[in-house]
Amino acid sequence: MEVCGTHTVSIFRGGIRSLLPDSLRLVSGPGCPVCVTAQRHIDAAIHLAARDDVILATYGDMLRVPGRGGSLEGLRAAGGQIRVIQSARGALRLARENPDKQVVFLAIGFETTAPATAVTVLEAEHDSQDNFSVLMCHKLVVPAMLALLQARDAPLDGFLCPGHVSVVIGADAYRPLVEQHGKACVIAGFEPDQILGGLLHLVQQVAEGRAAVENVYAAVVTPGGNRVALDLLQRVFVPADAPWRALGVIPRSGLELAAPYRRFDALERFHVELGEDGDHPACRCGEVIQGKVEPDQCALFASECTPLAPVGPCMVSSEGTCAAWYKYRRTPAREVAR
Amino acid sequence: MNPPTPPASTSDRVLLAHGGGGELTSRLIRERLLPSFNSKYLAPLTDGALLPRPASDVVFTTDSYVVTPLEFPGGDIGRLAVAGTVNDLAVMGAEPVALSLGLILEEGLPLAVLDRIVTAIAATAQEAGVEIVTGDTKVIERRATAGGASDGLFINTAGIGHLRPGIALGVDRVAPGDIVIVSGTIADHGLAVMSLRNGIEFETELRSDAAPLNHLLRGVFDTGAAVKFVRDATRGGIAGVLADISDGSGLSIEIEERQVPILPAARHAAELLGLDPLTVANEGKVLLVAAPSDAEQVLGALRSHALGKPASLIGRVTERRPPLVELLTRAGGRRIIQRPYGEELPRIC
Repeated sequence: MEVCGTHTVSIFRGGIRSLLPDSLRLVSGPGCPVCVTAQRHIDAAIHLAARDDVILATYGDMLRVPGRGGSLEGLRAAGGQIRVIQSARGALRLARENPDKQVVFLAIGFETTAPATAVTVLEAEHDSQDNFSVLMCHKLVVPAMLALLQARDAPLDGFLCPGHVSVVIGADAYRPLVEQHGKACVIAGFEPDQILGGLLHLVQQVAEGRAAVENVYAAVVTPGGNRVALDLLQRVFVPADAPWRALGVIPRSGLELAAPYRRFDALERFHVELGEDGDHPACRCGEVIQGKVEPDQCALFASECTPLAPVGPCMVSSEGTCAAWYKYRRTPAREVAR
Repeated sequence: MNPPTPPASTSDRVLLAHGGGGELTSRLIRERLLPSFNSKYLAPLTDGALLPRPASDVVFTTDSYVVTPLEFPGGDIGRLAVAGTVNDLAVMGAEPVALSLGLILEEGLPLAVLDRIVTAIAATAQEAGVEIVTGDTKVIERRATAGGASDGLFINTAGIGHLRPGIALGVDRVAPGDIVIVSGTIADHGLAVMSLRNGIEFETELRSDAAPLNHLLRGVFDTGAAVKFVRDATRGGIAGVLADISDGSGLSIEIEERQVPILPAARHAAELLGLDPLTVANEGKVLLVAAPSDAEQVLGALRSHALGKPASLIGRVTERRPPLVELLTRAGGRRIIQRPYGEELPRIC
């Protein structure tokens, strides 16, 4: 399983599947932060963005993700104050520029983006930026990988571990996967040669019947990770149970603001309760990101669910498995066959 | 609280009254626009330009320009507005002759910005050898929120060109075995503009490739080579044009990634943003399809012009069914190239 959405896209973009033997199957995992954001969080974001006194700051990918009653994009077209930013600090800047509004930052992403959120919260604290708050949706990669294996029905031999996340968390973070579950783990970068090198190491481990953490991205990934970033996470956040789209609540797989920073929590500030998820019954995104089915085994794929009108989150993000399949794998023949 | 923006001097910004049709409008046109455009058709400020009857068929096109920011490395909205419409005429096989210029200005726009853009419009028109023969100016109310920058300027240009004799371009002429040629490095414009977008800013040596390509294409057409199809690869990048060719001809296309010219800075910027450079906009590049026997001649003509030095034969039209566009990747794999389905968003991590 390649865990990371950037790997998924790079594998498609490089045409790497076409080079692999049939006996080697790549499964795209739950590593697209947009795709794993639970619908209850999208609904909370839409609820907040609909307030007159709120500007919601979000990464562009989140705009089209459908909630129960529409998407942020739809709300924006109807006059909702929603701004696309490319960094957490962009959201804080919006707060400075709009002192008469409340700016809520929709904070999604794994250990790659979470340190930037942490820095921004510290900056907001330092500057007493009281019109800034965060809707925390950050997730942690390793707990999700462990949860996949505990389910025992994902037929995985090993993991191609994400390059960017590993820069932060370090190679040693994957040891539980090796020690508790005997799964091969290889960290690789995103260039095709890195991915192919990573796959080679994985196949060698599986063929030799061993499991270890190997790192072909050693130029940037160290055993212990980025100490500064990890310290920031530890200082500003605490691990918490988190809902994943279609995977349910995974223990200690998300981050919440630590007690000294709770006042920047958007849900608390605006007294919003998270609701229930109401995903489309036919949408199989949950099984897709667990590697149980391929996107084209979903009845909605490329018919009711397309990048222009996505039903499930895996079709929304450019790094989503379904979007990548749609963009790089769908052929006219397939469409005709349908 | 942020300090309120100091009130701008009324003399250095566009006012609503500039569009009112009165004395201010007249002065704006006479003092800031007309001096830049040296045209005997425009000078009398009649309601329309009276142009001489051409000897050949006329090609007529229009395009609107709404880019932000207005100024970017390698160009601005003015250069874009002239080059874009000139290129639309040129890829039709026409010699561009005359353009109209519609300016929609936002109240509060600094006149210095307007001046720079008008200068660029005039310079680019001169570079292309076309005249601005008629125009219109309107002012709209300030849209920016209090304290925000007022930077609205939209341009519409329409253009007419005279069709070159003997030109027969069309996707229906494309045949199996034909060669696909690109006139230079891809993705420069889109990435250069994106490097300035709020929240994405990154330092880059990339510059927009916005340029009128009529002289470059004249060189190609003058060879008499069997060029079958030409299109400028703007929004949607070369992926969009390739999809158009495949859809229109019902044929497949195979592109060799190694042959597609791209600057290292562009490759890295695209990688950083998670974008596929094949889908990123260009404003000074064309894709051409030529008969295999004439491809080298076309390539030679492109490379003999300053704007076509990196031109390259990048692929081939095939009969493979079903029709699709495929990329032979650097890694040695194959994958499908599709038309991008909307705005390409930079990835978040």
